[in-house]
Amino acid sequence: MIAEIILIFGIVVIGTGGEICLTRAMKTIGEVHDFRPRALLNVFGRAMRVGWMWLALLLMAAGFFSLLGMLSLENVSFVVPVTALSYVVGAYGGAIFLGEKVTRQRWLGVLLVCVGVTMVWKGRG
Amino acid sequence: MTPGAGLHLKTFFLLLIMVVFGPLGDVLLSKGMKNLGEIPNWSPAELAHLFVDVFTSGMIWLGILSLIGFFIAYTLVLSWADYSFVQPASSFSYAVVALLGHFALGEKIAPLRWVGILVICCGVLIVGHTPPRTTEEAAESHMHAAAEQITPERSS
Repeated sequence: MIAEIILIFGIVVIGTGGEICLTRAMKTIGEVHDFRPRALLNVFGRAMRVGWMWLALLLMAAGFFSLLGMLSLENVSFVVPVTALSYVVGAYGGAIFLGEKVTRQRWLGVLLVCVGVTMVWKGRG
Repeated sequence: MTPGAGLHLKTFFLLLIMVVFGPLGDVLLSKGMKNLGEIPNWSPAELAHLFVDVFTSGMIWLGILSLIGFFIAYTLVLSWADYSFVQPASSFSYAVVALLGHFALGEKIAPLRWVGILVICCGVLIVGHTPPRTTEEAAESHMHAAAEQITPERSS
């Protein structure tokens, strides 16, 4: 049980933290307009020189291994719905770290996700 | 670009790839991890051993490949379709994971869990139907600020 909670934390909080860092890194690079291979390679090269990108990769890798660990313990039809909790972390993280405004409707969606996850949790076994 | 029938078909096709390959990847990873057996203890040596096992498992590589397929389709579709359209559409993947888990892996899913998954899909749908860019108001106030900055410059 403790291992599972740690792993869920890894998937939901650390993984989403990685995505927030990724967003931050990509925002410093700016909007991508040119989707030709050479231009994309250029974007990739610039991305690799942003510190946030490396932090993002590190955190997202940790999130991925947490997912693998969790999948070895539990059914996939339990694990994946629970990972929807990332929407909660995403809403908070976006609001706190990226200065995004989270609308009331979005909070409602986040609340529904929480209710759903609780039901999935209760309905296991 | 005018959104013609071709663009709709392309969008639909890529969404289909996302909704199939994302869950398929998760299910393959699950199968691969279950094949490796339970993690006996969490000692570093055991974890290092597991790490090697994970990356020599064909099933896990298939899962990773499937997730890469999902990610490419996701990135491509986001280059022309709205995020607020793509994200709720991808909420179906939670249901697809449950269906695949049930029919391909034989997982038993209690009725309450099915309902929970449905509620999660609704939640994600609602989250996705909110405007993807919330900086419009901020941009407007920036413009006001800029206008205020410009005015004194002109008057001076």
